[in-house]
This record gives sequence, structure tokens and C-alpha cells, in this order.
Amino acid sequence: MSATEETPTPPSEPPARSDRNHWYWLLLVPIVVPLLPMLYNHTDPTIWGIPRFYWLQLLFVVLSVAITLVVYRQTRGR
Amino acid sequence: MEVQVTELTIFIVLFAFVSVLGFVASRWRRPDTMEHLDEWGLGGRNFGGWITWFLLGGDLYTAYTFVAVPALMFGAGAMGFFALPYTVVLYPLVLIPLVRLWSVSHVHGFVTPADFVRARFGSSTMALLVAITGIVATMPYIALQLVGIEAVLKAMGVEGKWPITIAFLILAIYTYNSGLRAPALIAFVKDTLIYLTVIVAIVVIPTKLGGWDAIFAAAGEKFSQPAAQAAGSGLLLNANNQLNYVTLAFGSALALFLYPHSLTGVLAARSRDTVKRNMAALPAYSFVLGLLALLGLMAIAAEIVPVGADPAAGVPGDRNTVVPLLFGWAFPSWFAGIAFAAIGIGALVPAAVMSIAAANLFTRNIYTEYIRRDASPREEAQVSKLVSLVVKFVAVVLVLGLDTQYSIDLQLIGGVIILQTLPAVALGVFTRWFHKWALVAGWVAGMVFGFWMLWTIPNPATDRKHFGGSAFKLSELGVDTKWTIYAGFLSVALNLIVVALVTWGLRAGKVADGEDVTKPSDYTAEQGDPKVRDIPELVGDGRPSAT
Repeated sequence: MSATEETPTPPSEPPARSDRNHWYWLLLVPIVVPLLPMLYNHTDPTIWGIPRFYWLQLLFVVLSVAITLVVYRQTRGR
Repeated sequence: MEVQVTELTIFIVLFAFVSVLGFVASRWRRPDTMEHLDEWGLGGRNFGGWITWFLLGGDLYTAYTFVAVPALMFGAGAMGFFALPYTVVLYPLVLIPLVRLWSVSHVHGFVTPADFVRARFGSSTMALLVAITGIVATMPYIALQLVGIEAVLKAMGVEGKWPITIAFLILAIYTYNSGLRAPALIAFVKDTLIYLTVIVAIVVIPTKLGGWDAIFAAAGEKFSQPAAQAAGSGLLLNANNQLNYVTLAFGSALALFLYPHSLTGVLAARSRDTVKRNMAALPAYSFVLGLLALLGLMAIAAEIVPVGADPAAGVPGDRNTVVPLLFGWAFPSWFAGIAFAAIGIGALVPAAVMSIAAANLFTRNIYTEYIRRDASPREEAQVSKLVSLVVKFVAVVLVLGLDTQYSIDLQLIGGVIILQTLPAVALGVFTRWFHKWALVAGWVAGMVFGFWMLWTIPNPATDRKHFGGSAFKLSELGVDTKWTIYAGFLSVALNLIVVALVTWGLRAGKVADGEDVTKPSDYTAEQGDPKVRDIPELVGDGRPSAT
């Protein structure tokens, strides 16, 4: 990708892109899962003495990154 | 408290270093002219992936967050951890609206969210409301950055108001000079220092305290006291605050990218793809925020006493100082100095971007809309530069004139009011169905309801009867329950209901609506696609073009 200013093309129709893509539905997983306290509002099991409430919610960050990356790769340039 | 010379020296040296960077930034990726809002206010709209990642990370995760979230954990336990689900849910939630907003802004040269609302709904009234909401919500947020610096200075034994005033004066001058390039460049230093500090803290401090078991045992011990139990504290959520935890996380996530300073960072990106990719990369900061939050529990185990506290007399003191004090306790002087500088510099990036964003709102949506309709780009840039100084000045006055608690309450209110722009800004990128007067009606309804809810919330800790927090008791609405809910969440829900009903009514009554000057294809435009006008002098007044 070059950082140079592109010369303006004459107003033609840009390539057809759409934000309607079934991959985007995957984004609901990292939106909904962290908002379900019944999943993490518990002490056991602990990992190195850290209650589930804390380590599981930290793991949700990893989940969110993984899913968002998949969605990004599948919808790139559309 | 003694002034800690080593820490203070390192703090001042690093602070001076980023100040120089701030001035040098005007030469970085040098534009032909700074006399244009796209250059001064959006860094040339040409930031690539890495710069955007550093800038947005430095912009969204503020110094106040770094001290306040652990302070909340220190005081209340699990409830303070809401910051983690908040910043995890955030990115998947805003990914699609943001890329669409980037595209339409790229095509039409929008600089602010109010520019977009004006073009989309053909309503200068709603655009004005969005602009005013943005400016008012941003002010206390800037003031809180000062509170973040203040907490660090207090921990180093430096009391008084003049040091933060000087810090802000320097910030104001280089922001005036370099615009958005200054915080973008400083963000590299800030974020690097934050990552370094947190990684070291998370390794060193638990070891010093005898492991995670000991940390959670000490925290559990503190929260099992009758007084803490009565206040709803604990290592886990209790039966009554789970709904509040979830709605606070979700509501905060909805609010964050409605703040003008977040959009400034997004619109400065080079391409749609850059924005989208960053939504996958930014959660790295959320992980750091989660680890930082745990420092609040470590401070309990380390028996940290906040500055000004008197446990025997039950005086809580300034809890925002617990993380700096913990660093002072755990690290050798030289590294504590670096850690303090990380938080202090952490205040500069958001404060600069916020003041730029507020200034742009004033210039684009009040000055050129109502005062000088034919302002040249050069005049726009000049007005924005001056207003950014005024904004910082007001923030300093807020902090000097009011007690800290008041700034925090103002920030709570800020979150609730910025949410009222959600239908117009966030849903406006998907649908044109809302009637312009319905948006205004929804905004008014949400505001009134939101303020009423905040007014009913007391804060027993500070002995305040009103505006004491954001957890609204559902029993106030006549529901027989002890549950609490985030006031912002309810207010925006009412806003949406009103918008829908009034739109339906106005459409049925055939009341004239504004004109939408955007096309569906504008919302998926990418870098290099034709813009409405490719003549720099004319780009971006957000008004319908003559073509």
C-alpha cells in the first residue's frame, strides 16, 4: 500500500461492496458471551489461585480477538 | 508525605521528552500546509495500521481508567471488573458501524459525528444537539485526565494544583502547534511504557505478595467485613448487582465510540481496512486493562493505605492513589518513576485528542454553521486551534475549582448524555428510517429520564443525596426488587422507543422530513474511491454538493 495521494478518478461507480455478509453474524458471540454472568460468576475452578470470575473473563479477550480476526479475514476488501 | 526525588526526576525527564516530541510532531509526515482541519484535526487522514493502533489505544484507555478501575476494585471488588467485559464487547459491537461511518466520512469529508448527522438527516437542529452533547460530555472527561496526573503526583509527595496546571499548559501549546500528530506520536511512548509497566507489575508484585492465593485471600478477607458486605462488595457479584454489571459493561461499550474523541482517531485512519483490522488488534489493550484492574486487589494484599486515608477513623482518602502507591511499594525508585510517567503521559494523549475533537465540533457545527457560513479551511483550522486552548483552560478550571468527586460525577453524567446520540449517529449509518424530529424528541426524552435517574442515586460513602453513581435502583420505578441497572442503559432504551413511536406518527401524518445527501454506496467506500469533491478547498463542509 502506498501512502501517496491517488489521482482522483473520474466519478465512475466504485466496485460493488456490501456490508451484508453472513460472517458478520459470528461477531455476536464475543458480544453476548461476556455479558452472561452465569458463565463466570463462580470461584471454582481456580487457576494458580485466581477465581474463575477473573481468569475466564480475561480469556474472553482471546476469544474476541480470534473471532474478530476470522471475520476480518473473511470480509476483507468487501 | 516526603517528596520522592528519584521518581520525580525520572517523571519530569520523561514528561519533558514527550513534550519535545509534541512540538516535533508538526514536522512528522509533514503536510504542505497545517492550515486545514483535515491536517490539524485529523493528522492528514492518512494514518496506517500501526499508528492507528497506538493512537486509538492511547486515546481510549485513559489515565483516569488506569487509576480509577483499580481503585474501584480496591473498594468494591468484582464490580470494578466491569471494565473488562466492557472493552471486550466493544470492538465486535462497533466494527460494522465504524467502518461504515469511516466510509461515508471519507466520501463527504466529514470531520465530526455531527457533520454526518447533518448530511444524513438534513437536520441542523439534531446536528447542533449532537455537537453540544459531544462537547459537554467531553469536558469532564478531559478534567479527569488531570485527576489521573494528580493521583500520580500525590503518590510522589507532590501536592497542590500548580504542577498539573503547568503540565496542561505545555500540552495546550504543543497541541495548538501540531494538532493530532502530537498525540499520535506521543501515543507510541505512552503505550510502550504502559505495556512495560503492566507486564513487570504482573510478574513482580504477585511474587512479592506470596502468590495469587494470598492476594485473593486478603481481598476476600476485606470484602467479608460486615460494612463491605452491606455495600455489595465481594470477590464475586451478588444477587442484586449482576444486571448492573452487565448493563454497565454493555452501555459503556455503546457509549465509547459515540464520544467525539474516539471518532477522531477512527477518521484519521487511512482506509476502511485499517479501521476493521484495528478492531481485531485493539483488544490487546483490554487484556492489559484487565491485568491493571487486578492491581486493585494486590493493593489490598499489600495493605496499601490511600493518600489522605485514616482507616481508624473510617476516612477512605483518595483511592485513586492506590495503584501509584502500590508501584512505589513494589518497585525500586527508578522503575517506579517510569511507572508513574506511564500514567502521567497516559493522560496527555487522550486530553489532546479530546480537546481537538471538541474544538472540531465547535468549529464545524457551531461556528461555520451559525456564525460564519463561508469560513475558509484556513479560518476553520485557526478557530479549532484557538478553541482547543479554551477547552483545556475550562478543564483546568473545572479541576481547580471543583473537588475531584465532582469531576467523577460529571463524567458519569457524561456517559449517560453521550448515549442519547446513539440513534442518530450509530443507527444512522444503517437506516434512514428515523424522522429528524423524532430523533430530537428521543434525545430530549432520554436526557430528561437519564438525569432524573442519576438524581435519585445517593452515595453513602461521600454523604451525597444525588448524582452519587450510575447504578439505578429498579425499585424507584415501582418494581419490587433489589436489583440495580445502569442508568444510561435505561435512558437510551427510552430514547429509542420514543424515536420509533414519533417517527411512526410523523410518517403517518406526512410531516416533512430532512433530505439525505448520502448514497447507499457511500457507506462501503474504500480509500481511493471517488469523493464527493476532490478539490481540497471545497472538501468537507458536509453540505449537499452542487453536482
